[in-house]
Amino acid sequence: MSGVHLEMRGVRKRFDALNVLADVTLSVHPGEFVSVLGPSGTGKSTILKLLTGALKPDSGEILLNGKPLSESKRPFAFMPQRDALMPWRKIIDNATLGLEVQGVKRAKARQRVAPLFAEFGLEGFEQHYPAQLSGGMRQRAALMRTIAQDKAMLLLDEPFGALDALTRTQMQHWLQSMREKHGWTVLLITHDVREAVLLSDRIYLLTGRPARMKQEISVPLPRPRGSVPSPEASAIESDILKTLLQPKAHKA
Amino acid sequence: MPRSEPKSHGLMPMFINAIPAIGAVAGLFLAWEAYVLISGISPTTLPAPSRVVAQTVEHRAALATNTLATIRATVFGFATSLTAAFLFSVLIDFYGPLRRALFPVLIITQTLPLVAIAPLIVLWFGFGLTPKIMLVALVTFFPMLVALVEGYRSTSKDLEDLLVSMNAPRHKIFLMARLPSALPYFFAGLRISITYAVVAAIFAEYAGAVQGLGIYILNAKNNFRPDLVLAAVLVSSTLTLALFGAIVLIQRLSTPWTRLEGDKAK
Repeated sequence: MSGVHLEMRGVRKRFDALNVLADVTLSVHPGEFVSVLGPSGTGKSTILKLLTGALKPDSGEILLNGKPLSESKRPFAFMPQRDALMPWRKIIDNATLGLEVQGVKRAKARQRVAPLFAEFGLEGFEQHYPAQLSGGMRQRAALMRTIAQDKAMLLLDEPFGALDALTRTQMQHWLQSMREKHGWTVLLITHDVREAVLLSDRIYLLTGRPARMKQEISVPLPRPRGSVPSPEASAIESDILKTLLQPKAHKA
Repeated sequence: MPRSEPKSHGLMPMFINAIPAIGAVAGLFLAWEAYVLISGISPTTLPAPSRVVAQTVEHRAALATNTLATIRATVFGFATSLTAAFLFSVLIDFYGPLRRALFPVLIITQTLPLVAIAPLIVLWFGFGLTPKIMLVALVTFFPMLVALVEGYRSTSKDLEDLLVSMNAPRHKIFLMARLPSALPYFFAGLRISITYAVVAAIFAEYAGAVQGLGIYILNAKNNFRPDLVLAAVLVSSTLTLALFGAIVLIQRLSTPWTRLEGDKAK
């Protein structure tokens, strides 16, 4: 994956009377894992929709390597909140979806994604339908579909939000090791403080309605990070919680 | 997508599930047979089921010829209606205002009483196949169109957003997400429409035809032969059930994933 540098500056978005994003400024550097952390219903997902083209911003700039997003081919592979696997496609054909949209023939696309199955712990499930898989496996299949598109940046929208707590923890650590190995550039949307601290290089805290960037936090902890948070990680977690749970509104 | 409750597969459980229904039907016919025997009612008023079956066998040649004509009218009419419904559903899906223009007109066509329309169409188009195809299409087109259009609209927003994020053009979103999403709706519509289709074909024949179960029923009635009327009813019910079964079979074969939903990971 080639490097891509994403910048959003002063991005605003409103739906009729509802002001969703008041002022979103963030950047993702090549090879970086960046999280946007905030409570539910603050418009976090809207940020990704602006990037994937499902929505257009009202004002502000979205730049890719310094050029406006609208002028470039979108280098993003998007993983939605719910797995959005197509129930009528077998897992292998769900995994090839992005390639098929790009015009790759189905047989060729299958050949290209087949080697991914072992790494995603889905070997032997190629010919299964999504309904035959557990929640964790479905999320891995959805992530595999995202990776298979071979794009420069992954956009993950609360990828593990629908899983039970144990499976979620397993998946977070699995994602961490996969990302260590492949060096993906990731923009993650989450409401899970521990998830953000475990996975991210930097975290943007978002406050709600309308959403604004409240604080930017570096997580300069060594990797791999353990399943029990280190004292440093715990300190960062409690700082974030304090900030997010503050009853008072944001400062500029 | 509508979830169905877990079903057991295979022939044996299907047979066991069918036992109550078979019992109810058998009970009904036994009671009918017993009533005819005990009351001594004339067979020109109410023939016993056994007589209806015997007459069906005896007149099998005439019934077969007429059934074939009805099948032809049903299949051609239904195929015409399906093709038209699919084309219009695609047009409506790609061009929304068309829906607002077409639906009121189509709803009015559904309010027309068949008793009035069938003789008129026969009057205008003769005793041939055309008026039958038209009547079958008139009755089945709108339910099929509604099923398809609603099916497309049932597509999950997540899937569409995902395809948009992959830069999929509109026609690919239609083919990859909207069309497969509509399949369960399509089959639900199909199952209902096929039963209407047979009834509509028989109705059209009743209003005037050279051959067909409809005209056979009319002649039998005019000759005071309720046993032959019921023989034709027996055949048409069997035909409808067979077509219904064929559609259920096609659905099972073409949408295997729908049976998996409900029973979870193994």
